[in-house]
Amino acid sequence: MLSVPLPEDCSAEDFREAARRCLAANLSPQQVMFACGDRPSLFEETGLEVEPARLNVPRSFVTLVSKVVCHSAEDRFALLYRLLWRLRGGERGLLESPADPDAMRAALYAKAVDKDVYRMHAYVRFAEREVDGKKLFVAWHEPQHRVLRLAAPFFVDRFSNMDWLIATPVGTAAWREGVLSFGPPAARPLRQGDEVLDELWKAYYRTTFNPARLRVKAMVAQMPKRHWATMPETSLIPEMVHAAGGRVDAMQERPPDTPPRFAAAVAARIAEPPRQPEEAAPLDAIAREVQACRLCPLHGPATQPVLGEGPPHASIMFVGEQPGDQEDLAGKPFVGPAGQVFDRALAEAGIARQKAYVTNAVKHFKFEPRGKRRVHMKPSAGEVTKCRFWLEREIAAVRPKLIVALGATAMLGLTGRTVAVTKERGRVLPFQGCSILVTVHPSYLLRLPDADLAALEYRRFVEDLRVAQPWCEAA
Amino acid sequence: MPLNLLQKLEILADAAKYDASCVSSGGEKRRAGEGIGSVTEQGICHAFTPDGRCVSLLKILLTNFCMYDCVYCVSRRSSNVPRARFSVDEVVKLTLDLYRRNCIEGLFLSSGIARSADETMADLVRVAKTLREEHAFRGYIHLKTIPGASPELLNEAGLYADRLSMNVELPAEAALEQLAPEKSATEIKRGLARTRAQIEASAEPSRAGRARPPRFAPAGQSTQMVVGADSSCDRDILRASADLYASYALQRVYYSAFSPTGHPSPSLPDKATPLLREHRLYQCDWLLRFYGFSLPEVEEAMPGGMLDLSVDPKLAWALTHREAFPVDVNRASREMLLRVPGLGTRAVDRIIAARPHAPLRLPELARLTGSLKRIRPFIVTPDWRPTALLDGQRLKQRLVPKPQQLSLGL
Repeated sequence: MLSVPLPEDCSAEDFREAARRCLAANLSPQQVMFACGDRPSLFEETGLEVEPARLNVPRSFVTLVSKVVCHSAEDRFALLYRLLWRLRGGERGLLESPADPDAMRAALYAKAVDKDVYRMHAYVRFAEREVDGKKLFVAWHEPQHRVLRLAAPFFVDRFSNMDWLIATPVGTAAWREGVLSFGPPAARPLRQGDEVLDELWKAYYRTTFNPARLRVKAMVAQMPKRHWATMPETSLIPEMVHAAGGRVDAMQERPPDTPPRFAAAVAARIAEPPRQPEEAAPLDAIAREVQACRLCPLHGPATQPVLGEGPPHASIMFVGEQPGDQEDLAGKPFVGPAGQVFDRALAEAGIARQKAYVTNAVKHFKFEPRGKRRVHMKPSAGEVTKCRFWLEREIAAVRPKLIVALGATAMLGLTGRTVAVTKERGRVLPFQGCSILVTVHPSYLLRLPDADLAALEYRRFVEDLRVAQPWCEAA
Repeated sequence: MPLNLLQKLEILADAAKYDASCVSSGGEKRRAGEGIGSVTEQGICHAFTPDGRCVSLLKILLTNFCMYDCVYCVSRRSSNVPRARFSVDEVVKLTLDLYRRNCIEGLFLSSGIARSADETMADLVRVAKTLREEHAFRGYIHLKTIPGASPELLNEAGLYADRLSMNVELPAEAALEQLAPEKSATEIKRGLARTRAQIEASAEPSRAGRARPPRFAPAGQSTQMVVGADSSCDRDILRASADLYASYALQRVYYSAFSPTGHPSPSLPDKATPLLREHRLYQCDWLLRFYGFSLPEVEEAMPGGMLDLSVDPKLAWALTHREAFPVDVNRASREMLLRVPGLGTRAVDRIIAARPHAPLRLPELARLTGSLKRIRPFIVTPDWRPTALLDGQRLKQRLVPKPQQLSLGL
């Protein structure tokens, strides 16, 4: 058995160097014993003059070593060397194997080190000091493992414009004027006051606690007591826990509040109905009233009703089915994918969209939630019928000369009957003092899987719109 | 006598503590550079209070003066709490002072609506803007957005904040009308919709000839509802949150069990909602988002619309679907493994990663999952078959922990 000394604060590089030499000398794990201490290097001591072996190890092993060397367990180096020996012996997949006790133990050590690093990031508390006329933020922290080097870069990233010093029983890390340095262990500094930590931070900690939700076990599991000594706020915990029950009882017994004096005045002020601007057009009244529509349950999940848009006396009105996802967010009709097809086709047919009034048969978006998306659902005949209330008011206000029904739902909303769109499309028919033309809904074109068919159907859609074009000119 | 900073902090932290969300995760990774502060992927809990909650952000209100009278809220105008108002500079200084001492990851700022939605929102934005622009603060900022505030202010908020949130408050619109008469469900949903649209626009890949849109709330948006202040059942709550997740690209819907504030309103239930109810709702939320469960499946486990407080919802589903078990740990799909009570997403990932290397027996499985107790009745390994256990009438009794007195001691 050969004793291999390693420096007290052994880094991953120190271990790698020593382990490579042991491999080069072909020393099996049973033949070596690694020990920390400030002794002369093994190879001088033993006269073992060997070049370090070169060895390719998986990247995951490099990461593992960098963590496990920081663990406080005595057997960490022996464990790593055993794994290294076996990796060189050709055991592929060793590190991922759950059946292997060495691999699992090393993974546990690495996890413990990760946790300790996290806790150092979380539980270090800096106190402000003045040293040589400059501000220095100092902390005393007691990690479980030797994680100072692993944890320090976080503080550099976060507090690069402050000078700080973190002292621990196993060494210190300091950041001064943009340089990170590590030093030997320091004695625990005497606790000096820091107004922010002692007053404001403690007050915040005490106040943000809700006594009605006391769960001491959950707190201790997350914030182990071994760290409490270095966190000023934890001195409050016993009293907070002790008083919680009484505070809850007192809250329960308190009679309802008498409102403060300002409450009535504020209530009176906001109860004044907002002055309605003189409604210039009936469409504005409809737009306001539809906000409160409760005629069917669709208003519940939807964001907002989407009323039509366009000149108040457009000679041509387009009626679609219902707003979709994008329309529901924006509160405007035909702004989503189907709206884009619609705009393109309108332009090709020579109709300016801003000269037309564009609306839907149903004003709220009906959908089914699917994870992070909403899937369009066809409105029921009942919902379409209820929503005719709004459509009829829009028609009465705009009094278009021609109404273009986009799809069967629009026809149902307009006429109250179901029609076969494919049979009746493209023909202008008289309708309640004006004319009506039916064609497909642009979203139908988006659903066609076959590109040739989609192109053909798009042409037919444009042709139908051309039939409507003269009404637009008449405006 | 005017209040000092400490007194204001006590009043305005107390008023903010009922908001459940305090996370600092999901932001873009940042370093201090020339300024101060950083954001890590996971966020950090700098302390835990005796309620088991993580203290990650300085969670305060700018003011607890409020015109509204939402009965569940401690800051409603008719509540007799002490009132206070921070100045913008006070909040900025407090945030930086606590941040430099490594007590917090950043700021969570909300506010009562003191004069108008726009003025309040403008104040919130001013705090964030001052931190970012005058102090080069690069830590985490969570801003509450105020329903009814102008779109311009909302857009500005998203430029400075990592996360935005607007609370839907209650699962049912009718309850909101009754309990928060000045609030409008449509205003709230419009705010969420606007934020979603902005987040999506800023995430669009830059196109040639077009400037990249500025980053907007890189940690997304969230919302919260109070559970137990109205009569909505768990099914109503989960349906409402499914709609919200689908509609507004939310990172989280928080459920906050209604708890006494010491300033009771006569129109509220006089009892606190059990914390376990909140916990079961979160479990369902997780099943829906990470475990491949559908809403109808989760609803099967709540006869009468309420979740069984004695059993977690995944176990409840397994107990009524015994035909789906046992699951062969060495062959089953990820989807099926996720249905095994006691297996979490991480354990399932470890199992799947380990399977190609060696067949998994109970000892290996114990190493990968931590504990076998809950899993055993539902799995098969080469050295284990649970026939009698799974068919047994007493399975539920075996697995459901006996009710325990909550430990209060330290």
